[in-house]
Amino acid sequence: MTELNHEPFVTADGRTIGPTVLEMRNITLRFGGVTAIKDISFDIREGEIRAIIGPNGAGKSSMLNIISGFYTPQEGEIWYKGAKRPPVKPYEVARQGIARTFQNIALFEGMTVLDNVMTGRLTHMHAGLLSQALWWGKAQREEIENREVVEKVIDFLEIQNIRKTPVGRLPYGLKKRVELARALAADPKILLLDEPMAGMNVEEKEDMCRFILDVNDEFGTTIVLIEHDMGVVMDISDRVVVMDYGRKIGDGPPDEVRRNQDVIDAYLGVPH
Amino acid sequence: MGETAAASAALDTIPRLLARNARGMGGKPAYREKEFGIWQTWTWADTQAEVEALALGFLHMGAAPGDHIAIIGRNRPYLYWAMVAAQSVGAIPVPLYQDAVGEEIAYVLDHCGARFIVAADQEQVDKVIDVQAQLHGLDRLIYLDPRGMRKYDHGKLTPYADVQAAGRAKADALRGELQARLDAQTGADTCVMLYTSGTTGKPKGVVLSHANIIETSKNSSEFDRLRAEDEVLAYLPMAWVGDFIFSIGQAYWTGFCVNCPESPDTMMTDLREIGPSYYFAPPRIFETQLTNIMIRMEDAGRFKKRMFDHFMGLARRVGPAILDDKPVSGLDRLRYRLGEVLVYGPLKNALGFTRVRVGYTAGEAIGPEIFDFYRALGINLKQLYGQTEASVFITQQPDHEVRPDTVGVPSPGVEIRIAENGEVFYRSPGVFQSYYKNPESTASTKDAEGWVATGDAGFIEPDTGHLRIIDRAKDVGKMADGSLFAPKYVENKLKFFPNILEAVVFGNAKDYCTAFINIDLTAVGNWAERNNIAYASYQELSQHPQVLAQIKAHIEEVNGSVAGDDMLSGCQIRRFLVLHKELDADDGELTRTRKVRRRIIEEKYHDLLTALYDGSGQVTTETEVTYEDGRKGRIRATLNVLDAAVVPVGAQRMEAE
Repeated sequence: MTELNHEPFVTADGRTIGPTVLEMRNITLRFGGVTAIKDISFDIREGEIRAIIGPNGAGKSSMLNIISGFYTPQEGEIWYKGAKRPPVKPYEVARQGIARTFQNIALFEGMTVLDNVMTGRLTHMHAGLLSQALWWGKAQREEIENREVVEKVIDFLEIQNIRKTPVGRLPYGLKKRVELARALAADPKILLLDEPMAGMNVEEKEDMCRFILDVNDEFGTTIVLIEHDMGVVMDISDRVVVMDYGRKIGDGPPDEVRRNQDVIDAYLGVPH
Repeated sequence: MGETAAASAALDTIPRLLARNARGMGGKPAYREKEFGIWQTWTWADTQAEVEALALGFLHMGAAPGDHIAIIGRNRPYLYWAMVAAQSVGAIPVPLYQDAVGEEIAYVLDHCGARFIVAADQEQVDKVIDVQAQLHGLDRLIYLDPRGMRKYDHGKLTPYADVQAAGRAKADALRGELQARLDAQTGADTCVMLYTSGTTGKPKGVVLSHANIIETSKNSSEFDRLRAEDEVLAYLPMAWVGDFIFSIGQAYWTGFCVNCPESPDTMMTDLREIGPSYYFAPPRIFETQLTNIMIRMEDAGRFKKRMFDHFMGLARRVGPAILDDKPVSGLDRLRYRLGEVLVYGPLKNALGFTRVRVGYTAGEAIGPEIFDFYRALGINLKQLYGQTEASVFITQQPDHEVRPDTVGVPSPGVEIRIAENGEVFYRSPGVFQSYYKNPESTASTKDAEGWVATGDAGFIEPDTGHLRIIDRAKDVGKMADGSLFAPKYVENKLKFFPNILEAVVFGNAKDYCTAFINIDLTAVGNWAERNNIAYASYQELSQHPQVLAQIKAHIEEVNGSVAGDDMLSGCQIRRFLVLHKELDADDGELTRTRKVRRRIIEEKYHDLLTALYDGSGQVTTETEVTYEDGRKGRIRATLNVLDAAVVPVGAQRMEAE
């Protein structure tokens, strides 16, 4: 299997999503003697919302870390945009257009929301040290261009009122949104969200769902998300991968996955 | 304005004022809006071009004279243009409250038979689509912000920009028709239709003519010497008559600039950045700001706190007198000036009030302490009394005659008459034409000679000529023993305590008065945090014994002050309870302008009201609540009913001595 799947795929709600953009082939990841991920393959199509679910310790975050280049799997191949990806560093992955948020918020607490979101544009700034220091010529032009992008993101995520607020002073739900803003500022092709809704109240969750759907709809960004809240996952994702103990036990549209006996067993337990 | 009589005769419609402004001061800013973190500016010439493009677009879609065009969204230049563009083609703009739920919108849209709707964003479009089946006249739904709507069925949907683009493309063919319609208009034509929130029954569509709006705007602009250099911040609902007068009437008459905030949440920051010179806010905004200042001062260092207290003491003593040009000793003036540098100036800057030349509050009574606080800082805050049917202005306070307890003298051109039962009547150039499709209500409100009943009871002070309002005429009643019952009078006294948000007093035809109280979550929540009092919900906090004790103390204090008034001493509160939910416009308990709807509250909380009069110490209740998106839920609560001490009438004077 070397050919990419170019067949369009029609989702349950009638949306047509694009060809495969990222493919994980027979991925195995070990930490010493522990096998976190065992021989998993799945694909991510352009423009879809792809969820990875599973109980605690199933290996979901590890899978996201593999995609973002933080872990290198011992076995298996990653195919991105039709080419096999060599082992890479996270910043190289970011440059290739894959941005992410973290399960435990990783923002600069002392910096303002605006500055935090600006850091998302880092891969788009190329001015030299001297130009930066003098803030003249290319550096100035770049900053203005990038600020414009950032302001559009701020507007999109409706965080204008906290633009100048230090992140440390924000409530949890808003910090999550700022993290999304920073990832979005990088103008990614693929956005990886690690439990974007964890620890939120119902209202914050609804807001976040809305934003995720809007990002997908408005910019056509492919979204890969890990989530515990089954209701949320089933509502917003086009296709779902289910993991349990490092193995893939289900893959398909939400309704299909919901009926899958292995998935039901993994979530509800089986009598022994 | 230095208009000659002949020139001003031609300035009898809003589109004509726009043309004059574009001609005479085309390069001056007319609108600003903060977007993407930067204030974007449109001059009067830009504004005319934008309005014309949209008006041509409306013509292209087939808008006919007399059509109603509904506008729904927060304050944005584009939506103000939509109103003037509607007027330009002879249609009638109908702004709606953006926070209204589906049913309310459906009623109004169907009542006026809106053919076109200009909606700000997806949220508003969704609301309209939800009730679409009930709207028979709807031709086209125009939306401003395209976000999230790409996949919508565009059968009836058109983006705002496309309407303008179509107008520009067909400009040559349509301009003649537009000009003909503009030329045909007179001051007697309808300028706008505004639905009054109404404390009872369904909203009524108040029809106001161009002459109503322009005469009123002219008179009131001259009264306060408004100039083209003035700046206002447009943040109050566009459906409210005040915003229409300030942001369209007066703005087009004098040519001042209307600034629109970036989002509702950034209002305070934007206020500070713009520093308006002419500012309007309902009392609750001033209250909230004062509460926030006080909370922040509690957290300030000891030195700052002492400096603040010292200079605020001085300001309260001499500030209002300095503002009114009354004699103040040289030493006090010097100290006040020092205070200006150290405290008042920075504080006004933080509030965005540095440049306020004229500030107004209206809609509800404002607490004397709150009112005096702002005046003490040197902010020329005044009160006015008005209603939609009068194109706002009935009375207002002239500079140097400002007091918290009156609403001022009749505005220029307004005549006032007090009926025998105490109800206030007025007649003015601003008096509305009619209620739309409701001749009975029109006839019962406005008589053949043009006198309009306000529904408020009040009297004119013989010495000063100032009007004082007591209460809504229909709310004023008699207690069982025949003494006067004026709930608003007591409620206002209660609401002046920072931790009471809302109060509803009952007692008409009863033996004694009782009250429902809403705590102010900001103030009480802050107090709880400060005192390490844990609470899980609004409901729990509202029934906390210490909170109840505080409220009880407030009520007893108010009872003492009410007892001092010979006429109203019967209105002391004997029993009360603290409600488990905030009264909310979404539940129909308040109007959209946050006035209490007594009848509805009485019916809805019938069980609680019974408990207030049957002596029970606790009552369990279940209440339906409506969420912001229109869904409904139920909450259950057990409330404590408490007794408050009353001051025996007659004993009051002895105690005071």
